[in-house]
Amino acid sequence: MVISAVYVRPQKLEEAVELMSTDTWRILAGGTDIYPSIGENELKTSFMDLTNVSSLKGITEDQFFWRIGALATWADLLKTKLPPAFDALKQAAREIGSIQIQNRATIVGNICNASPAADGVPPLMILDAGIELTSINGLREVALKDFITGNREIARDKNEIVSCIKVPKIDLGSRSVFKKLGVRKYLVISITMVALKLSIGESGTIKRATLAVGACSAVAKRLLELEYLLEGKTTAEAGDLINDTYLADLTPITDVRATANYRKVATKILIQRSISSFENRNQDG
Amino acid sequence: MIVFNLNGKEAHVECDPMDRLSNILRYQLGLTGTKEGCNAGDCGSCTIILDENLCCSCLIPMGQIEGSDVTTIEGLGDGNVLSTMQQAFLDYGASQCGICIPGMVVSAEWLYRNTVNPKEKDIEDTLGGVLCRCTGYKKIIKCIADVTSQKYKRTAATNSPKKVIGSRINRLDGAPKVTGAEVFGADKIPMDALRIRVVRSPFNSANFIINKTPEFLEKNPGIIDILTADDIPGENYFGVIPEFSDQPVFAQNATRFVGEAVAAIVGEAKAINEFDLESFPIQWEAQPAVLYPKVATAIGAPRLHVQRTDNILIKGYVASGDTAGAFIDSVHTIENNYETPFIEHAYIEPEAGYAIRDGNRIIIHGCTQAPFMNRDSLSKILGLEPESVRVIPTGCGGGFGSKLDLSYQPYIALAAWKLDRPVGIVYSRNESMKTTTKRHPSEISIKVGCDENSRITAIDFHGTFNTGAYASWGPTVANRVPVHASGPYKVPNYLAKSIAVHTNNSPSGAFRGFGVPQAAIALETSLSELAQKANVDELDFRMLNVLRNGDPTVTGQVFDSGVGISKCLQAVRPAWERALRQSKKHNDKPENYIHKKGVGIATCWYGCGNTSMANPSTIKLGVKPSGQIVLHQGATDIGQGSNTVITQIAADALQTNISSIELVGPDTDLTPDAGKTSASRQTFISGGAALLAGEALREKILRHANVGENAQLKSSPTGLYIEDNGRAHKVDLSRLILDEFGYVLSVQESYDPLTTPLDSNGQGNPYALYGYGAQIAEVTVDIELGTVLIDRMTAAHDVGKAVNPTLIEGQIEGGIAQGIGLALMEEYQPGLTDNLHDYLIPTVGDMPEIDILIVEDPDCTAPNGIKGLGEHVLIPTAPAILNGIRNATGAKINQLPATPVRVLTAIKDVKLKSV
Repeated sequence: MVISAVYVRPQKLEEAVELMSTDTWRILAGGTDIYPSIGENELKTSFMDLTNVSSLKGITEDQFFWRIGALATWADLLKTKLPPAFDALKQAAREIGSIQIQNRATIVGNICNASPAADGVPPLMILDAGIELTSINGLREVALKDFITGNREIARDKNEIVSCIKVPKIDLGSRSVFKKLGVRKYLVISITMVALKLSIGESGTIKRATLAVGACSAVAKRLLELEYLLEGKTTAEAGDLINDTYLADLTPITDVRATANYRKVATKILIQRSISSFENRNQDG
Repeated sequence: MIVFNLNGKEAHVECDPMDRLSNILRYQLGLTGTKEGCNAGDCGSCTIILDENLCCSCLIPMGQIEGSDVTTIEGLGDGNVLSTMQQAFLDYGASQCGICIPGMVVSAEWLYRNTVNPKEKDIEDTLGGVLCRCTGYKKIIKCIADVTSQKYKRTAATNSPKKVIGSRINRLDGAPKVTGAEVFGADKIPMDALRIRVVRSPFNSANFIINKTPEFLEKNPGIIDILTADDIPGENYFGVIPEFSDQPVFAQNATRFVGEAVAAIVGEAKAINEFDLESFPIQWEAQPAVLYPKVATAIGAPRLHVQRTDNILIKGYVASGDTAGAFIDSVHTIENNYETPFIEHAYIEPEAGYAIRDGNRIIIHGCTQAPFMNRDSLSKILGLEPESVRVIPTGCGGGFGSKLDLSYQPYIALAAWKLDRPVGIVYSRNESMKTTTKRHPSEISIKVGCDENSRITAIDFHGTFNTGAYASWGPTVANRVPVHASGPYKVPNYLAKSIAVHTNNSPSGAFRGFGVPQAAIALETSLSELAQKANVDELDFRMLNVLRNGDPTVTGQVFDSGVGISKCLQAVRPAWERALRQSKKHNDKPENYIHKKGVGIATCWYGCGNTSMANPSTIKLGVKPSGQIVLHQGATDIGQGSNTVITQIAADALQTNISSIELVGPDTDLTPDAGKTSASRQTFISGGAALLAGEALREKILRHANVGENAQLKSSPTGLYIEDNGRAHKVDLSRLILDEFGYVLSVQESYDPLTTPLDSNGQGNPYALYGYGAQIAEVTVDIELGTVLIDRMTAAHDVGKAVNPTLIEGQIEGGIAQGIGLALMEEYQPGLTDNLHDYLIPTVGDMPEIDILIVEDPDCTAPNGIKGLGEHVLIPTAPAILNGIRNATGAKINQLPATPVRVLTAIKDVKLKSV
């Protein structure tokens, strides 16, 4: 049973922004995280439902950026033709919950919920995504890595709305891959996950690598030293070079899903397999 | 006012914009085909189509659906005609209990409408969001694959085969399950019913004081009453085994587990839903608690029940021969220790129902597996005669043992009795998981030995079972386990001890197999190791050692017929040999060094019916003045199919067709006691009663009509017909006198299988018969990640005589799914996994291919030779998988579930040892 003290569903972003400056609101879009968090207890909260704000819908591009609107769902993403660098994000989309969840859950909601195991974060991190926030004071942009500040903590001011995720049009021709490990096939929270983007030169060596790991720290992490290490190597030789020192930034915990130690071991394997999956694709032509 | 398009018609609703769509559909618009199993998007039973997309309606705020198109299960069929998909679900036996089926059918329809020739992967992706705990998904996948590829031909239902026993007739209660019309516990609570919410302990162990003051009710308008132990007119305790009744309806002064009830508030639905339980006037004082048997039995541990020394509820014991001596003479021995966790039943329907007082009687509508046991317990609580309580089971959305016990019923019965108004309750998922029974966690040590001819010489077994705070079925587990821990083998020297220990956890109770699955994990994995030590093929080793007709069991019981285990092993042999060849071929290829294949085998036996106790079933048949034959069938059908199977048996005995029989029940006023739906007893025992009743009624009819023994009967609402020597005629019933039930002819027959008590060494005939089975698991283990993929299961089960092969396959597939969960992913951790996203059960994507071999080795003492099956099917799955993992990698898993963490650790242990 949910009792909303106040429920508003503005039509325009300006209205929403105006309202945000007047009160404390819980922002609602797909509802897939909000309802489970309410559980069986009622909640007397003021909800701002953004789903009618048409300017927040869809995935669009301009000369410099791709914009994933605050209301774009995982299903919307899967239907959109995007450059190869988004492959990891699309693979993550297919593994989010179930079709029912993918149809409602928004990508921005996944970011704002800020679960350490949010499947959307590593694939967006390797795209150097930024978060655009709108408030009565105008627009503000924060890098994704700075936007999520902790376990379920984000750098959104009380009066701000995340209006979109911005992906700069840099290196988007490179392919990417997402690998997630869970104990069952569907509807499963990750034990660990890896998103990797590689740009491979004519010679077969890695020109640029971006790699992020989720569910192994309070906030998903880019492994920068490992990225540097991979550059200049071939995919065949890169896998063997990975050792635990490159995973030192990860601080996995032990919980009902797995032990901290297992998470590290499995992450290393997932990284190696992510790299070698490029090898196979090269062979595939 | 919210206006939207619902199943093609405009709907207008006044509600809070944050109300869940599922809730409004069910409780305001009366469309209860949409189910609520978790209210968190984890189970998918509330799936609807919203503007062309599948969605969980429990996650959709009403404020968002203004102007949208909503299609629910009720909008799929065409009036009274089933849609093609619905008819196919029925024809394929794709539905068991039916609670998940609306979500499944809606998803399937959506796929059918939107995808041309979907592949199996598309079907799995579509169903991935809907959990089913009964079917194992296989028949659902097959059904959808055939419909979407136009292979399915809709044919007129042929529920009138010549020979009814053995035919694949459609589930007789199936149509409402595929249309969403089936009424489950939460579906028909009267709109004006009061609601009740239970106040529960937040501590493992605590003292408390409730300040029940008039001011509380004044401050909370809409709340009518607070119920506590003081309000109970009869006895404030209940239990499934009368001598062990120990669980209070409301705890008095002290609680023994997190979630134990101390009080309940009753009032108008809105007030109850909005009430903040934190504001309930109660003071708590936490007390020391014991959570594990080792701690609970330690000296000085706090005692949960004064009369139970060392927190021991009960011990079980079976012994024969000289175990210690036999081990000395054994050539090979194996010793192992195992641990298994709490397992949650995870039926998709949380407990729900409502009670109505009718003068000096109380009527309970709700989900249950045991209406008569519920009736008798409730009558004691209310201080009434059993006949003053009427239990009318609704559809039961899965039970698997947990819905044998009382849960929600005492609260609504008490409130309705006291306040004389209808009172309803619907458990939340969290409440259901926290407070109802679980599979017993076990700590098992086992030693098995064999001689130079690979004959088993001795088994020594010791199992400690964490039975939680109250007795529930703990005594049954403790008694069943020592009898079954030998498996279906000849064991000349045997010592098996079990002990059930109280801890401050929710009660452990009955869960498909009563402790036997845990014992089988220990035995079957150890036997495979022993076979390898003896250098004998694992199947051959079992074949050498299995019981045959005339061999004594470990309790000294001898069966002259129907010991079907060797036939089961013979049946799986081709699969075993093929799988061994294939796995070797795969593993020999260097490129497969990461993904290792392994094959495992395990067997089961399981005694059908209560252990060494009378457990009769009674079935009634009558003929109405119109000529219609009516079957009073009181065996609750929780999805396993007793409505269909018992009717098949009755029709066969009457020598008539299924459509001649009108089905009544279950209802404690209308149906005689057919016992509880547990212990794999309904097909065997209630079926036995149905056979006797059918034969008796047939004899009466033939005598009345004065016709020969070969006459065929046919009945319908317009008359009873007899076909004798090619001539058909209507039986004249007009001169017969109506009895008090409105019948002109009627019979009531009971069947109670013969058992004897066990002596002090556990010797005797605990069951009239056992059912047998063998399963092969083919697995692939990722040796770098420790993940396990089950490629294929081959299952052979001896049912004596197959009454309905489709239903048997459904039981096997569903049992295997639960066995996979037990083996690989399920671990209930109180307080940590009280929901369906942290407590994982298999999804459609986790199911292997399943090959089923139905074996018929009739027991000549059993009615029609029939044996039970329901629990057997789960028992061999987990040990077969564990044996497969070990054969793939060498990794021994002694603690379940075999999560990637544990498998990888075990693989590393093997590497360390081999260095």
